Amino acid sequence: MSASTMAGSPGQTETRAIKRSPYPGWFFTPAAIVYTVLFLAPTFASLYFSLTRWTLFDATFIGLDNFAQFLREPFLIKGLINTVIYAVVTSGLKVVVGLLLAVMLTSQIVARGYLRSVIFFPVLVSTVGVGITFTVLMHPTQGMINEGLAIFGITGPGWLTDPNLALYSVALVDVWKGVGLATVIYIAGLVAIPRDYYEAARIDGATPWQNFWYVTLPLCRPATSTVITLSFIGGLRTFDLIWAMTKGGPGFASDTIASVIYKQYQAGFYGLSTAGNVVLFILIAVLVVPLTMFLNRKQGHE
Amino acid sequence: MTKTKLIALMGASTLGLMLSAGAVSAQQSGYLSILVDNGPQSIATMEAWAEAYKAKNPDVTIDIEVRPGGGEGDNIVKTRLATGAMADVFSYNSGSLFQAINPTQNLLPLTTEPFQAGVQESFKSVVSAGGEVYGAPFAPAMGGGIFYNKPIYEELGLEIPKTWEEFMANNEKIKAAGKVAVIQTYADTWTSQLFVLSDFYNVLAQEPDFAEKFTANEAKFATSPAALRGFEKLQEAAEAGFFNADFGAATYSDGVRMIATGEGAHYPMLTFAIGAIAETVPDHLNDVGFFAQPGDSADSNGLTTWMPDSVYVAKNTASPDLAKDFVAFIASPEGCDVRNEAVGATGPYMVAGCELPADVPPSVSDMLPYFEGQGQNAPALEFLSPVKGPALEQILVEVGTGSRDAASAAALYDEDVRKQAQQLGLAGW
Repeated sequence: MSASTMAGSPGQTETRAIKRSPYPGWFFTPAAIVYTVLFLAPTFASLYFSLTRWTLFDATFIGLDNFAQFLREPFLIKGLINTVIYAVVTSGLKVVVGLLLAVMLTSQIVARGYLRSVIFFPVLVSTVGVGITFTVLMHPTQGMINEGLAIFGITGPGWLTDPNLALYSVALVDVWKGVGLATVIYIAGLVAIPRDYYEAARIDGATPWQNFWYVTLPLCRPATSTVITLSFIGGLRTFDLIWAMTKGGPGFASDTIASVIYKQYQAGFYGLSTAGNVVLFILIAVLVVPLTMFLNRKQGHE
Repeated sequence: MTKTKLIALMGASTLGLMLSAGAVSAQQSGYLSILVDNGPQSIATMEAWAEAYKAKNPDVTIDIEVRPGGGEGDNIVKTRLATGAMADVFSYNSGSLFQAINPTQNLLPLTTEPFQAGVQESFKSVVSAGGEVYGAPFAPAMGGGIFYNKPIYEELGLEIPKTWEEFMANNEKIKAAGKVAVIQTYADTWTSQLFVLSDFYNVLAQEPDFAEKFTANEAKFATSPAALRGFEKLQEAAEAGFFNADFGAATYSDGVRMIATGEGAHYPMLTFAIGAIAETVPDHLNDVGFFAQPGDSADSNGLTTWMPDSVYVAKNTASPDLAKDFVAFIASPEGCDVRNEAVGATGPYMVAGCELPADVPPSVSDMLPYFEGQGQNAPALEFLSPVKGPALEQILVEVGTGSRDAASAAALYDEDVRKQAQQLGLAGW
C-alpha cells in the first residue's frame, strides 16, 4: 500500500517496492469491489445465515443447531458415503480410461483426428441434456440399452431404478461425458514427453509394455495429478447429472451431499441448507488439500 | 411497462372512486400479471378465465406466466414473494404449504370481498391466517383414493372393495389374470405418497384427535397403529408384487395413460387426474372409476378429501382493485362455467351457485356421494395440521422399492416432520 502511494511519478524507480508494483493501488479496486460484492459478502452472509433459522422473510439466530440437525440427517451419512464413492469411481475411471484413450490416440492409427473429436464431443454437450438422454436410454423396459440386451437374451437390470445400481449408472454416464477432457489433458502430457526417452528405451530393448510402464506413466505424472484433482473435486460437488437422472433416488439411494443440500433448500429450510453448504465446503477442503499436497510432493521427487 | 403500470394505477384509482360511488358493475381496465403452475389443466383453465374476463373488460391486458409445480414451484413462489417480484395474481396450494409462504406479510387480505359470501367455510379455513382470508378456490374439491379400470373389473367380475382385505383379494385375482394390479409411478416421486395420504380418513375414524396431537408433537406416525397402517399398506402391496414392471421409471403421465387404457387395474391418485385423463386419453374417460382407499373395517368407509389450490393477490400489486375483481370473477358461478367449458368437471365446486354439467365422467359421479353424506369424508392431514415433512415422497419410494420397511419408514418420517415444525416455529418441538 505505502509503496503504491509513493509511486506518484513514474520516474521514481529507485526503491525495490516500486519495481515490484508499477501500478497504483486503486487499479485493484474494481476487481476488489467485484470480489467483495460477489464473493466475500455472500460467503460471510452465508456463514451467518447457517447459524439461523431462515425463512427468506426473517431469520432467527439458533447457534449451531443447523449443523447438529444436518449431521443428524438420516440420509446424510448415506449421502456422504455416496459422494466419496462417486468421486473415487469417476476420477479413477477417468484416469484409467483417459490414459488408455490418450495412448491410443497419440499412436499412429487411422482417422486419429476424427476419433479425437469423437471422444471429446460429449464434454461439449449440456450435462442436463446428457442426463435426460441417458435416463431415456436406461429405462428398465423401454430403454434402448435393455432392449439391445434383450436381443441377446439378457434381461438388463433397472439401471436407474435399482437402489443398488443407480449411483454407479450415473457415475458411468459421468465418465462417458467427462473422459474426453481427461484424454485431452493426457494427450498434451504425452506429446510433451521427449522422444529421446523412448529411443533410449528401444536401444535397451524395452518391450512396448515396459515402454508404457517405465517411461510413459512416470513422465505423465503432472497430467495424472491434474486429471485426478479436477475430476475428484468435480465428483465431490457433483449435482447436475444426478439431479437430471435420479433426483437422488430411488428413495435416497443416489443422494450426494449436493443433492441433500438442494432438497433442504427446496423444502424451505434455507438456514439448514446454508449450513449444509458450509459442511460441503469443509469436506472438499479436508479431502482435496491433502490430496493436492500429496500429488505435488510426488511430482517434486521426480 | 412503466406506462402500462401507470395506466393500471390510474385505472385502479378511478375504479376505487367509482366503487365508492356504488358503480360495482363498472368495466375494468389496466394490466394484470398472473403466475400459474404448469399443469396442462391449470394453464388451460387460467387462459380460459383470462379470455372470458378480457371479453367482458376489453381494456384489460393480462399476461400469464407459467412456473413448474412441486418443490421447484415452491422455491419460485417463495423467492418471488421474498423479493417483491410476484405477479399480481398467482395460484398456489392451500393448507400447510400456504402457511409456509408467510401470508400475513406477503398477501392481500380478501376477507371483506363480497364474493367470499359464496365460498364454502371449509375452503376459507385452509387459506386463512391471522384471522384474515387470503384466497379464492382455483379448482373444485378433490378426493384422494384409488382409480380403477372399469373394463378390467367387468372382465374379472370384481366388486368395489369396502375393506383393505377385499382390495388385496381383488389385486390377487387381477395378478392371477396376468394383469398389472397396482400402478406406481416413481419417476414422479410425489405420486408415491397416495397410499399414506389417502388413508387419513381411516386414521381419523380410529383416532379423531390425531391431527391436533400430531401438531402438538404428541402423536407420531411410528407409534400410532392407525397412522402406521398407511405405510404398511404400501409395503403389503409392494411385497405382493402387484406393481407394474417399470414402476421405478414410470411417470405420472404414464400412470394416467395406463389406468385409462387398462394397462393397469388400480392407480392410487388424487381426483385431479380426471382432468389429465380427459386431456390426454379422452376416448377412455368413461373406462375409469374411483373409490376411496378402503380401511380395515367395512363400517367406516369414506373419502380423504383435498382442498383445491387457491388464487392469491400479492400484497405489493400495482393494481389491487383489478386483481380483486379478477379473483371475484374466478370465484363466481360464471367462472365455474368457464372452467367446465375449458377442462370439464373434476369434482364438486367450493363456490355457491356453481354447478356441474349434467354428463360428468364416471370417476366424478363415483366421488360425489362421498361429499354428500355427513361423516363420509374427512380432510387430508395437510389441511388440519401445518406440519408436513418434505421427504415423505422419497421415504415412500424406499418402501415401494422394498429397501425400507413400514415401521422404520414411519420413524424416519417423524424425524423429517420435526424439521418442518421447527422451521415453522411451532410450540412443543
